[in-house]
Amino acid sequence: MENHLTQTTLSNGLKVLLKEIHTAPIISSWLWYRVGSRDEVQGRTGISHWVEHMQFKGTPQFPSNVLDKTISREGGSWNAFTYMDWTAYFETMPADKIDIALHLESDRMINSQFDPNEVTSERTVIISEREGSENEPLFLLGEAIQQSAFRIHPYHHEVIGDMADLRTMTRDDLYNHYRAFYVPNNAVMAVAGDFNTQAMLARIKELFEPIPSGGEPARLAREEPVQKGEVRLSVEGPGSTTYVQVCYRFPAASHPDFFPLSVLDSLLAGPSNLNMFSGGISNKTSRLYRALVDKELAVSVHGGAQATIDPFLYTFTMTVHPKRKPEEALAALDKEIQRIKEEKVSKEEITRAIKQARALFAYGSENITNQGFWLGYAEMFANYEWFQTYLDKLSAVTVKDIQRVANEYFKPQRRVVGTYIPLG
Amino acid sequence: MTNFTLDMLRSLPGPEDIHREVLPKGITILTRSNFNSPSVVVAGNLDAGALFDTDEKLGLADFVTSALMRGTKKRSFDKIYNELESVGASLGFSSGVHKSGFNGRSLAEDLPLLLTLLSESLTQPAFPKAEMEKLRAQLLTGLAIRAQDTSDMASMVFDEILFRDHPYSRPEDGKPETVQKITRDDLVHFHREHYGPRGMVIAIVGAVKADEAVRQVKRVFGGWQVKGQKEPPELPVVKLLKKTASKNHRIAGKSQSDLVIGTNGPKRRDPEFMSATLGNNILGQFGMMGRIGDVVREKSGLAYYAYSSLSAGIGPGSWEVSAGVNPQNVKKASDLIVDELKRFVQEGVTADELADSKANFIGRLPLSLESNGGVANALLNIERYDLGLDYYRRYAGLVSEVNNEDVLNAARKFIDPDKLAIAVAGP
Repeated sequence: MENHLTQTTLSNGLKVLLKEIHTAPIISSWLWYRVGSRDEVQGRTGISHWVEHMQFKGTPQFPSNVLDKTISREGGSWNAFTYMDWTAYFETMPADKIDIALHLESDRMINSQFDPNEVTSERTVIISEREGSENEPLFLLGEAIQQSAFRIHPYHHEVIGDMADLRTMTRDDLYNHYRAFYVPNNAVMAVAGDFNTQAMLARIKELFEPIPSGGEPARLAREEPVQKGEVRLSVEGPGSTTYVQVCYRFPAASHPDFFPLSVLDSLLAGPSNLNMFSGGISNKTSRLYRALVDKELAVSVHGGAQATIDPFLYTFTMTVHPKRKPEEALAALDKEIQRIKEEKVSKEEITRAIKQARALFAYGSENITNQGFWLGYAEMFANYEWFQTYLDKLSAVTVKDIQRVANEYFKPQRRVVGTYIPLG
Repeated sequence: MTNFTLDMLRSLPGPEDIHREVLPKGITILTRSNFNSPSVVVAGNLDAGALFDTDEKLGLADFVTSALMRGTKKRSFDKIYNELESVGASLGFSSGVHKSGFNGRSLAEDLPLLLTLLSESLTQPAFPKAEMEKLRAQLLTGLAIRAQDTSDMASMVFDEILFRDHPYSRPEDGKPETVQKITRDDLVHFHREHYGPRGMVIAIVGAVKADEAVRQVKRVFGGWQVKGQKEPPELPVVKLLKKTASKNHRIAGKSQSDLVIGTNGPKRRDPEFMSATLGNNILGQFGMMGRIGDVVREKSGLAYYAYSSLSAGIGPGSWEVSAGVNPQNVKKASDLIVDELKRFVQEGVTADELADSKANFIGRLPLSLESNGGVANALLNIERYDLGLDYYRRYAGLVSEVNNEDVLNAARKFIDPDKLAIAVAGP
């Protein structure tokens, strides 16, 4: 079955990607804005995520008590996500109902009201969301690590924002952020599913093209300086389980080294799954599982990179075995990293990583929502071609590449090691 | 109200595209082909759940499912996972109260391998001693993490209150002191008595033809025979609460408390099931978490999540409202929720609310059935509750039949706001 892909940009700068898939009478529509925690300064951390919440609070045409029922009534599934680099809104609908989603998104691109009363009640909702996260040891540890790893770059803070800012930000702060970033020239509309491209494009033009383009949103230019030595930190909290996270600096997703590093991730910790709507596979024969879990130094180990615009982190997370010390688990991890730097990996290991990636791609393609997701997601840090050629780029990775990137990126002086120490 | 177009109806599983076959020793096979993606899902279950566990060794059924792939008579743990992971496939087992289940997937070209490993794990596990101890440490760590999870603990305490003296009151993954007591002999014994072809169901959905799928299942399971496979024990009657019962479970140092408030719900096969499910959607699901979400989150700003859920299975389920709130707001949120439950049983739902939820149920069905995993779950559901192969084709009709009075009757039958179980876990 051939899937038609169309890419175009409307006169107001809105980029549109359409992919016809006629496997089920379903359409998934995704609207992506290039705004996230990377666009936030101290004092207004968490503002992008809060704006995302306010996008559910209504416009004159879709007041809040109408808006949240409109999509559900038609059998749609919908949600929104705020991340470091982007904010995305999706609706997956029965194909003949998608118009309501397109209509709603075009309306709230420009007409959201940010009613002061709604801002007040949402403030405590978001504080509650943060308190829920603070219940999790790995949230507390991850936050401390990010703060140490990024002193200058806004990847410094969590997407949810700092409690101090959540308490003090004003309605006008939120509204100004919305007006600055929610403009068509800062957005990507991606639709996948059971439609006719010409008709869909005509409807998107009709709804979105009247929205005037805005000024180019101002971006922070706060590049993180090179780290000059290993950082170690600890976080104490309730519980009886010790966690260790080891974070190395990784390149932007658009960097050519991202691909050999993805293969390396697969060998060390099992393949990371970049699909948002389809689970991954186990990692019980990865090098680190064998060295750490089989040897009873940890009860689990995972690794993963995130596809980001600016260089971010690759994180190993170890749940330390109850009878072991965190230093023992760390020493075993270091030994495996040393080994991959010194000894060439086998060709078979690379072939295996590529087969794993191929399978994960196939699982992801079962689902229209996931296909819609990829259309726009790849645009946020590279372009759709990045996704289309992903498997080819992995296939081109050589044994030499792996050794080179292992030595270049897994440097002890450029990592942060964090330990969660349970106080019982 | 949403009308079902012909296109939509055709996309749903039905008698002409589901193949069902029962093998001589009792295994039921269900398949549905989908060649849109080169992948395949295998899912199923057996009558080997935690109902068989004694209180002393609670968690045994769960321990067995975790141990099945830790080595078989033919392959070591590492070899099993090496074969699976090398082709990007996955396979796992888990335990519920009534059943133990399995779930796997692979590229279609690797289905024979996936089924071979499934069959070896189910029929010839070796339970190697060293692996058992590694696994025990992992399970105990899981329980230690659970003990720190306010949401898990609130649910556990809720079940203890609601289902006292009933097997449903027990956590399937056991408790630290019971998991410590389980021996290798216990695993071997449990497996010998409860794992067998009788009552086993396997669904295969994806890029494979029905006859090929059946041939593959016969190849790996055709010869499996077990003498003396135990019948599931009879389920005792659930004792209803005579008045509201509350319990606080303290977890020091946490920033948020979780609360669960609710009561008993219908069985899946009860005639009120559909009315209760639609009512629940209005109560705490529809739009932004229904009426509960509206009152607790939207109007009061007390919680990021506040919703209701209905779990209906072989026996009577629960009908509960869950919320995560600041510890200082527990009483406030709890009062709001109880008030909503009162309103729900006094006034019922409006015609508009019911029409919205019906449209939601009917419209979202194709979405839940688009992936192979979604269809496999649907097939297992049909088999478990004997719903008929045409269930999903009839579904829109079943939803449409429900009226306001049905919802009110279901609400009043199950929810008595003066006889609730209230569980809180937090600092």
